[in-house]
Amino acid sequence: MKSYLLPQFTVERDASRCSVCRACIKECSFGVHYYDEKRRTMGTHEERCVGCHRCSTFCPTRALTIRTHPAKFRPNANWRPECILDIRKQAETGGIVLAGMGCDKPYRIYWDHLLLNASQVTNPSIDPLREPMELRTHLGARPDRLAVADEPGAPDAPLTPQVSVEVPILLAAMSFGAISAQAQRALMQAAQEAGTLCNTGEGGWPAELRGFGRHVIVQCASGRFGVDADYLNEAAIVEIKIGQGAKPGIGGHLPGEKVTEAVARTRMIPPGTDALSPAPQHDIYSIEDLSMLIYALKEATNYEKPVAVKIAAVHNAAAIASGIVRAGADIVVLDGFRGGTGAAPKIIRDNVGIPIELALASVDARLRVEGIRHRASIIASGGFRNSADVLKAIALGADAVYVGTAALIAMGCTLCQQCYTGKCAWGIAASDPKLAERLDPNVAARRVVNLINGWSLEIKEMLGGMGINAIESLRGNRLHLRGIGLEDWELEVLGVRGAGT
Amino acid sequence: MRNLDTFSNPYGDGKVIDSCGLFGMMSLEGRTFPGSDAICAMANMHARGNGLGGGFAAYGIYPDFADCYALHVMFDSAAGRDATEARIADTCEVVHDEAIPTKPTACTGPSPVLRRYFISPKADPRDRCQAARRLRKSSATAAGPDDVIAADDTTTDSAIGSVTDAATVVVDPTAGSRPGVTPCGQRDDEADERIIALVMAINLQIDGAFVLSCGKNMGVFKGVGYPEDIGRFFRLDEYEGYLWTAHGRFPTNTQGWWGGAHPFSILDFTVVHNGEISSYGTNRGFLETQGYRCALHTDTEVVAYAVDLLARRHRLPMWLVAKVLAPPFWSSIDRMDDAERQLCSALRVTYPDLLMNGPFTVIIASGDMMMGLRDRVELRPLVAATSGDMLYLSSEEAPIRLVTPDPDRVWVPRGGEAVIGRVGAKDVVTGTERGPVPKPGSADLGPDCAQQGTGRTQREWMIGAG
Repeated sequence: MKSYLLPQFTVERDASRCSVCRACIKECSFGVHYYDEKRRTMGTHEERCVGCHRCSTFCPTRALTIRTHPAKFRPNANWRPECILDIRKQAETGGIVLAGMGCDKPYRIYWDHLLLNASQVTNPSIDPLREPMELRTHLGARPDRLAVADEPGAPDAPLTPQVSVEVPILLAAMSFGAISAQAQRALMQAAQEAGTLCNTGEGGWPAELRGFGRHVIVQCASGRFGVDADYLNEAAIVEIKIGQGAKPGIGGHLPGEKVTEAVARTRMIPPGTDALSPAPQHDIYSIEDLSMLIYALKEATNYEKPVAVKIAAVHNAAAIASGIVRAGADIVVLDGFRGGTGAAPKIIRDNVGIPIELALASVDARLRVEGIRHRASIIASGGFRNSADVLKAIALGADAVYVGTAALIAMGCTLCQQCYTGKCAWGIAASDPKLAERLDPNVAARRVVNLINGWSLEIKEMLGGMGINAIESLRGNRLHLRGIGLEDWELEVLGVRGAGT
Repeated sequence: MRNLDTFSNPYGDGKVIDSCGLFGMMSLEGRTFPGSDAICAMANMHARGNGLGGGFAAYGIYPDFADCYALHVMFDSAAGRDATEARIADTCEVVHDEAIPTKPTACTGPSPVLRRYFISPKADPRDRCQAARRLRKSSATAAGPDDVIAADDTTTDSAIGSVTDAATVVVDPTAGSRPGVTPCGQRDDEADERIIALVMAINLQIDGAFVLSCGKNMGVFKGVGYPEDIGRFFRLDEYEGYLWTAHGRFPTNTQGWWGGAHPFSILDFTVVHNGEISSYGTNRGFLETQGYRCALHTDTEVVAYAVDLLARRHRLPMWLVAKVLAPPFWSSIDRMDDAERQLCSALRVTYPDLLMNGPFTVIIASGDMMMGLRDRVELRPLVAATSGDMLYLSSEEAPIRLVTPDPDRVWVPRGGEAVIGRVGAKDVVTGTERGPVPKPGSADLGPDCAQQGTGRTQREWMIGAG
């Protein structure tokens, strides 16, 4: 069947610059560039180009420019080009259209409609270059009070394990298999250096990365890959993954061809078999089942580690989160619909779930109304692009945030959304060892640490501007936010006032 | 005042901002003296206010009614007074009531009707079954808003006083919940809570009435005007007290109204405050989960409630309360010895939402104690001095030297370093001079513990986290 799919990108090669060094052929994992022996010129299969800019970045003479393909269908507001292409893809394959990374549709990004405050006159702003500015954050349930034990009948104060991070920016769950071993090492190394935490994702924890234990959150997901007593006990936090923002309600599927020896060993499954993560956890069909798993994990870790529960931000996230806290979770993780993924059905990625901003605001408000906000930390996740997004999330009520996509971008990712192909030319989401070797963990870690440090400096400046010198004093402090260009219901859900009021 | 916002926050700003002059003086021996020195000191700091509010808290002024709660109430209308008196009579026995004596001066505007009531709560026949129901509820479920509502039979509006159980039940997330326990101490918690409920009911439900203070053997005198004029208006030179705090106000976004001046009080805790709390939203959000209703939208109010929660309901000694409000930086905590580090970090981890961020100085008084505290980066001034048995706290040094020309010692307390004076204690406690650090297990609470009622020095501390 002839493919009716049209090229998405066009490759422009400046012949006056091209030295025919063929570096582009080596760099492109999608087979776009070739050398035409007969004509002794470079040729292009532009229909294969995914727009990852690997070739143009590495072209020594800067001869390559990748552009969005100029070809257009007749303009139609309903039948946009993407709709037409997806239909053609499905007509040719009869399958589900897959995509990588997070939802890229133009839903309202609330971060861009929230503005931060600054001090003038009545309280001085604080200069972080001259005064201490504290970003250290503790994650875990807080006791109701610091108890005095000899009060008649006073109970022992609960021992609630806490994990401290130097900056409230955590590296999000990305599993070995979805990302390369090199990429996972880079993230863990970065977490250690920046004094924060890195989540293993659900694909197990490679033996050679166990040394980063104090900076690692391990996931216990529906596939239970790689979960054993050591896995749980060597980590700082155990996270039960119920859902993921990019694909709420569905599981995962790592095809057998990606289950290499190393992946198989780490996931504790036979090599070459499909690694299936069921949609639900089959021992959790209700909230009391979740509670049992939470306490099973606490038993397994001697009540020494906070247990987190991660859910996708869905319509009734507030009620679910309240149940999760009452079920005994120490941390609630909310993953908004802009959160990334290695592979998801595009239709789900783009249509299921709600923005993290709204979910976070409503969860924080609900836990406060119920008087249980202090019994769990909230980690927000899904599409944080810069330090202002992070700070706004904290003002909306988050204790910390997970960044995944931003960390990948720091390592080289250009959001070409081909993670599910295993062909990542940047060696990040690559399963091919040759491609994975392209990522130097030390360099990648340095880029991620630099990013976290850069954001930290910016956060300190913004905090100081608000006259605040400890991050906890901004948490849930929505008075420091104002909405702009939002409707009343949106302001109400976000719990912020309109700008100028 | 049914709608306090129309008085306190007419522009609907997030919070009421004001800046101020503070003064406090006490006799560590409990010797009483008139309010004239405090008036004189405030007159000296005239320029720190703008005439939109001044006030005084005086302790030890009602020895004849020392066991009664002294309600200072302002009325804007006869109907407000009738409704208030009916409400008081519902739940309390009025031992004595009278007009608060005043002497109109040229400098104070028209004043509301000001009366005081010396009252004690009646025994409530519903108590027993209420208590039983609360115990059942808190055994069955985690302490939550249900308990708040269930306990709140006396008022329809959620008020501060109704959450004893929710507060004292320590919920163990690892083992479900446990039955409530009433804190120990000399305070009559049940009576305290009932008085708070009464006061909040008057303040939130009755038009034309506002309770200025409700503690025992103390009173708050405040109004619109410069503090020295307010002091003269209330004839404070004719009272004898052992502890006085005073405040001159410079608000930026509130109309002057008599109830909006400082001190703010809850029972016998009073707060005078100079500053703007940048963490107001966080502090308020947390306090509201603890059952407080921040009706005035002032940052001073959240300081008062935070102190009430920590010192009265959670029984922390004042020097630890100070470490919650203005904690040491993590960089300092990291350098502390093990016991102190564990304590300070447990406090910060447990009460991060009560860190008062932004510039402030507060003088907090309670019963026999006065504490001065400034923010941890010292953005607002505080001067302390001792002279004989007297402890002085002030925004400026000049007024101290005006009332006691030759003090024994004058110093500027560091940020986060509380200065605590207590009647009966020989020495003033400062942040660097406090006693041994309580350790998990059994330890001495430090010099401030006797103030907290039991008088015992050995207590077991459980560090809940960290």
